[in-house]
Amino acid sequence: MKRRLMLLLPLLVFLVLGVLLFRGLSINPSERDSALIARDFPAFELSTLSEPQRIVDQGLFKGKVTLVNVWGSWCPTCRQEMPQLLALAKQGVRLVGVDYKEEGATEEERRRKGENFLRQFGNPFEVNVFDPEGTLGFDLGVYGAPESFLVDADGVIRYHHTGYITAEDVRRVILPEVEKWR
Amino acid sequence: MALRHISSLALMAILTLYLAGTAGSALAAIEVRTFDDPVMEQRFDDLSATLRCPKCENQAIGDSNSPIAADMRERVYQQLQEGRSDKEIIDFMVQRFGDYVLYNPRLEGRTLLLWGLPGALVLVGALVVAVLIRSRRNARAGELSDEERRRLDALIEMDDMAGERHSHKEGK
Repeated sequence: MKRRLMLLLPLLVFLVLGVLLFRGLSINPSERDSALIARDFPAFELSTLSEPQRIVDQGLFKGKVTLVNVWGSWCPTCRQEMPQLLALAKQGVRLVGVDYKEEGATEEERRRKGENFLRQFGNPFEVNVFDPEGTLGFDLGVYGAPESFLVDADGVIRYHHTGYITAEDVRRVILPEVEKWR
Repeated sequence: MALRHISSLALMAILTLYLAGTAGSALAAIEVRTFDDPVMEQRFDDLSATLRCPKCENQAIGDSNSPIAADMRERVYQQLQEGRSDKEIIDFMVQRFGDYVLYNPRLEGRTLLLWGLPGALVLVGALVVAVLIRSRRNARAGELSDEERRRLDALIEMDDMAGERHSHKEGK
C-alpha cells in the first residue's frame, strides 16, 4: 500500500508544478507594485507648465488627497486617458499633472507642445509640473507614460497605476482608493 | 554522414556570423561613453548587464534601446563619475524601480524560496535515489518462500500451456 502511494508521488509533484506554472501564465509583469508605495513623494523643485517663474515642490501635496498623472504630448495613450481624468476632476478629485519629457529643441517649444496638448484634449489638472528632463519621473520610477500615483494628504504615495486609466478602472479602483485615503 | 556533419557546421558558422552582425548593429544604437579608468568602464559594463530594464521585461539596460534604459545608463554613468559604489548605485535604482530591476535578486526573507528551492530539490532528488537503491538492495536479498515458489511454477506452467495451444493454431 505504501509503495502504491509512492508511485503517485511524481504525479503529485507534476500537479503542484502545473498549478504553479499555470498561475505564472496569468500574471502580468507590468502590473507589479511600485517601489514607492507607502513612501513620501520624492523631493523636487520644478516650474509649472503655464508659469515658468513659479517653482513648486513636494509641498504641493500637503493637505489634500491628489491623483498625480504623468503625461506627455508625445504619448498617444495619454490622449485616450483624458476623458477619464476630466470625469474624475468633475467628481471633485484633485489632479496634478506632470508634463514628462516633452521633446523639442528649446524650452519654449517644449512648453508649447504641452500646452497645445491640454488645449486640444482638456485640462483636468489644478497645476502641471513641467519635467522636461524627466528627473521627477525618474525619481518616481516612471518607465512609460501614462502613469498615475495617488498621494494622500500627508504627501505619502498610496497607490500606483501603470498604463492608462479606463472608465472601468475609475469606477473599480481609482474612486475607491481616493475614498480610502481621504 | 560526413557530408551532413560539414553542412551543419556551415549552418552554425552562418548563424554565428548573423548573430554577430545583429549584435553589432544593436550596440551601434547605444551611445558611446568614454572612461578615463578601465576599471570604471568594467564596472559600468557590469552594472549595465545586471540591471534589468523596467520597461522591456527581459533585457538588461545595457542591451535595451528603450528611453528609460538610456536614462538609467546615464544615471549609472553619472554616479560612477561621482565616485559612488556599485551597491549605492544599485540601491538607488531599487529605491525607484523596485526589486524588479535586479537580475540577481537579493537574499532576504521574501526570496528565500527562490534561492533555497534548487538546493532543496537536489536534496530531495538525492533522498529519492538513496531510498530506491536501498529498496532494490533489500529486494535482491529477500528470497522467495516455498509457497511463493509453488505459485510461480504454476503460473509459468499455465503460461507455457497457453503458448503451445497458441502456436498450434498458428501452425494450422
